[in-house]
Amino acid sequence: MLELRGLTKVYRTGDKALTDVSLTVPKGQVVGLIGPSGAGKSTLIRCINRLVEPSSGRILLGEVDLARLPPRALRRERRRIGMIFQEYALVERLTVMENVLSGRLGYVGFWQSFMRRFPGSDIERAYRLLDRVGLIDQADKRADALSGGQRQRVGIARALSQEPELLLVDEPTASLDPKTSRQIMRLLIEVCGERGLPAIVNIHDVPLAQQFMQRIVGLRAGRVVFDGSPEELTEAELTTIYGEEDWTAMRKDGEDDREAEAETARRLAALSA
Amino acid sequence: MTAYPTTWRRPPQILTHRGWRYAIQLGVLVYLILAIGTVEVNWARVSVGMERGLRFVQGFLQPDFISRWTDISRGLVESLTMTLTSTVVGVALSVPIGIGAARNFAPAWVYYICRSIIAVSRALQEVIIAIFFVAMFGFGPFAGFLTLSFATIGFIGKLLAEDIEDIDEAQAEAIRSTGGSWMQVLNYGIQPQVMPRLIGLSLYRLDINFRESAVIGIVGAGGIGATLNTAMDRYEYDSAGAILLIIIGCVMVAEYGSSYLRKFLQ
Repeated sequence: MLELRGLTKVYRTGDKALTDVSLTVPKGQVVGLIGPSGAGKSTLIRCINRLVEPSSGRILLGEVDLARLPPRALRRERRRIGMIFQEYALVERLTVMENVLSGRLGYVGFWQSFMRRFPGSDIERAYRLLDRVGLIDQADKRADALSGGQRQRVGIARALSQEPELLLVDEPTASLDPKTSRQIMRLLIEVCGERGLPAIVNIHDVPLAQQFMQRIVGLRAGRVVFDGSPEELTEAELTTIYGEEDWTAMRKDGEDDREAEAETARRLAALSA
Repeated sequence: MTAYPTTWRRPPQILTHRGWRYAIQLGVLVYLILAIGTVEVNWARVSVGMERGLRFVQGFLQPDFISRWTDISRGLVESLTMTLTSTVVGVALSVPIGIGAARNFAPAWVYYICRSIIAVSRALQEVIIAIFFVAMFGFGPFAGFLTLSFATIGFIGKLLAEDIEDIDEAQAEAIRSTGGSWMQVLNYGIQPQVMPRLIGLSLYRLDINFRESAVIGIVGAGGIGATLNTAMDRYEYDSAGAILLIIIGCVMVAEYGSSYLRKFLQ
């Protein structure tokens, strides 16, 4: 379980990225974090595993307050938090297998990782996860030889190989097409469900968030302005989060996507028939 | 219907004021004319020099590889040894220094120390370092080896540091977020991103070092440069021509070899 208490981040330039954010994510819950660009979504996620140092507040993962850990202890706790990135952030010139195994770096010594001699259990887990995300045949390929959707699957496998207690997901679909986006979201939801894994998912696409998330948190200018179920996210609430806009137009875009997806499926069916 | 203009010119980007632009252009022209006016040319000396130059060219056209071959081959082997050892040692030393000089990866105090080492190495021209080392360790290839190793540190260190500063941070961040240590982030997040370029630069440095070995030989640091210098001092332009041709040949082989290897590595 993750609990944020009064989390605040002020950048050195004086920009207040987060102001007094308090949030509790129970086990197994997948939370969508929405809000306009610059609302602090990325900062919030990065504060949790301290890729960005929070200015004040507490970050409780189970019993441990991550906000106050010295570097070595922080590295140990980071193993408990898997992260999935917007542009996949795979190490492009390493193989798919090395990328998945890199999720184990916190558990092995430097020489072991340098010589690529990971314990058998780690290698077995990596193969199992690659099989789960449907990429077991690609294990020896270089990461930059994969397509966007495949890369994000490797990203998911890497995060899961940590055996994390929490997933932080930063715009997982921002560079993917609508169909692949949905497949990736579905996969994420499934793997979280299988493991009872709580997750915080930054997401730009409101219809996508409403379709897949159990709970949605709206962030505006570094403050939580909405926290509720997808059904409770009305046009009025969207206006509080994003400002004035014709929300039905956006919904229609979402429908267009779905139509396009259905259309593609029909064509593919026609082709294979 | 609105009439839109049919002509467009790129607005001036640096000096927006027309007067300043003309003033500066005029100033540059006046300075150029005055500067050319101050160059003194002694035409009598030029005509004598032309004759000597011609003898030099003739030596080139009839290169003599035979009569000084033992000296030449010894110098060449010395140069090649010096080049290879100094590149290996120089690169080995410049990797930690380059990592330390990357602003995004090293602590501030390490950064300043490593940057200073690189700055000193780059500020001093090879010939100057060579004179210093020859004075310290005497004539011969050891001084040359030290000179080239030292110069390599500045070159590879600076370019490696800049390459590390230009990496895709997200990849390193991803490794950091798994709980990887500093060394593991280096090995997994950064090394794969900079390795091809580091190898390419090392090969490039190898052929720079060979060329430099010819130059620093002239100030006493051994190698083919020393042989060349001796030949020139004896007015044996035919042997000097042969040496220069060998240097050109070696540089071209190194050039094509390294560019082929770099392409292969990408």
